[in-house]
Amino acid sequence: MVSRFLALLEMAWATRTALCTLAFAFAASASAAPDDATRAASLVPPASTAAAPVMPEVVPTNSIYQLNVALTDQSGQTFALAARKGQPMLVSMFYTSCKFVCPMLIEATQSIEAQLSAAERARLRVLMVSFDPAHDSVAVLKAMANDRGLDLHHWALARSDAKSVRKLAAVLGIQYRSIGNGDFNHTTALILVDAQGRVVARTTELGSDDAAFVAQLRQTLAAQDQ
Amino acid sequence: MCTLLKCRCWLAGRLREARAARCAGGQWPGVCAGLLWLTLCAVAQADGSVARYVTLPSGTLASVLANDAEGALAVVDAFSMRVTPVTQGEFRGFLQVHPEWAPGRVPHTFSDAGYLAGWPKDGGDAAPTGAGNVRDRAWDHRPVTNVSWFAAQAFCEAEGARLPTWLEWEYSAAADATRTDARTDPVWLAHILGWYGHPANTPLAAVGGPANVYGVRDMHGLIWEWVDDFNALLVSPDSRAQQDGDKLKFCGAGAIDLKDKQNYAVLMRIALLSSLNAADSTSSLGFRCVRPL
Repeated sequence: MVSRFLALLEMAWATRTALCTLAFAFAASASAAPDDATRAASLVPPASTAAAPVMPEVVPTNSIYQLNVALTDQSGQTFALAARKGQPMLVSMFYTSCKFVCPMLIEATQSIEAQLSAAERARLRVLMVSFDPAHDSVAVLKAMANDRGLDLHHWALARSDAKSVRKLAAVLGIQYRSIGNGDFNHTTALILVDAQGRVVARTTELGSDDAAFVAQLRQTLAAQDQ
Repeated sequence: MCTLLKCRCWLAGRLREARAARCAGGQWPGVCAGLLWLTLCAVAQADGSVARYVTLPSGTLASVLANDAEGALAVVDAFSMRVTPVTQGEFRGFLQVHPEWAPGRVPHTFSDAGYLAGWPKDGGDAAPTGAGNVRDRAWDHRPVTNVSWFAAQAFCEAEGARLPTWLEWEYSAAADATRTDARTDPVWLAHILGWYGHPANTPLAAVGGPANVYGVRDMHGLIWEWVDDFNALLVSPDSRAQQDGDKLKFCGAGAIDLKDKQNYAVLMRIALLSSLNAADSTSSLGFRCVRPL
């Protein structure tokens, strides 16, 4: 009697599992269409889905472009982080209402750029991603780009969702914490990645020029040229 | 009998989730229930059992992190938390569905050399290597460790969850078996501190220690745990010097201040987490997941 009852339960369990499989398949197909932003923002290494924009054979395993996040720049253009692949890039994180270090970060980056030749500059990209998706809208980023006179041919100020920002910071080794009133504590670092997204150098010396960093940048740009 | 238990567990989980569910807008109760059911099914599919979560009500907490609005208590919204840390058996189930996180395939950006140390490269059935690593029932029930923050986050996302924030973790960890905040009890503090003195060279125990007042287990005494915002815990190497801070290193108000310096057990967790990179893994660092309600 008991074993019969258990057999019935077993059957019910098997049916449930089958139903689950069906329902799961349905959910998978249904979730393919909506919410592309969330999907793009989730951390899915390249090989896992056909839709992933990152191609494993061209992105090294230690590349920041392994991270599948979507960013939106100051012109409202949305792109995958990995779409920045192909040229060396200076990357950092900031927020527009920051009074002290962030303006310095941008000035320091401009000062590094000023030390490059026009040809070198043309091969370099700069990407600054905001910690503060709640306040740094596309319009705010645009206004800042204008205020700072950024050359938008190779500069981009970008925003993303909070979850992706946390992941990008994790990949870049940048710490940040909201302290209320739209302010953040954060570590400040300017990071150089090569055309494949491998971290080549980082500097935290923003007040004075970091000569070793600039030398490394030149070398990376030259290597790209060959 | 095992089936019976599974079934009961599954039903209880569904009911709990259904009660806790608050659908956006409220106009799609059917869809919402269905989605919850699907989520639970997906979880059940991964490892043959349902991950158990319990609800923690909203509340306030005097966090060991000095609050930014001076003196104010941190407000914690209600959430549900995994009863136990994620086990090796559960993580193995996850690798079967997401082989891209297996030790042989995970990108270096998301892992270090110790990632899932001893596991077969494909995360599959082969016996793990290393002392005490016979793959048996006991192995399955040990907490998974040697996982990076990225892998932990991916596991939680795969079951419709995320890593807890530091505040959520601390809120749950403040409770003992009878009190939601036992942190003023020196006996309890000494008890949880005892674990940190134990050598870490023996195999970990199985998950499922005594439950705290919320029904959550193993918050202390088993493993260290990743939190979602581990990279928000900017602790100055010397907390006493933080007042002038290194303004070039820490934009804003400098490194965080630590209150309640008596709570060494929790302070050590912050010290460890703040020293980690997201790709790091250690043999005593695991994780659990939470779901917002």
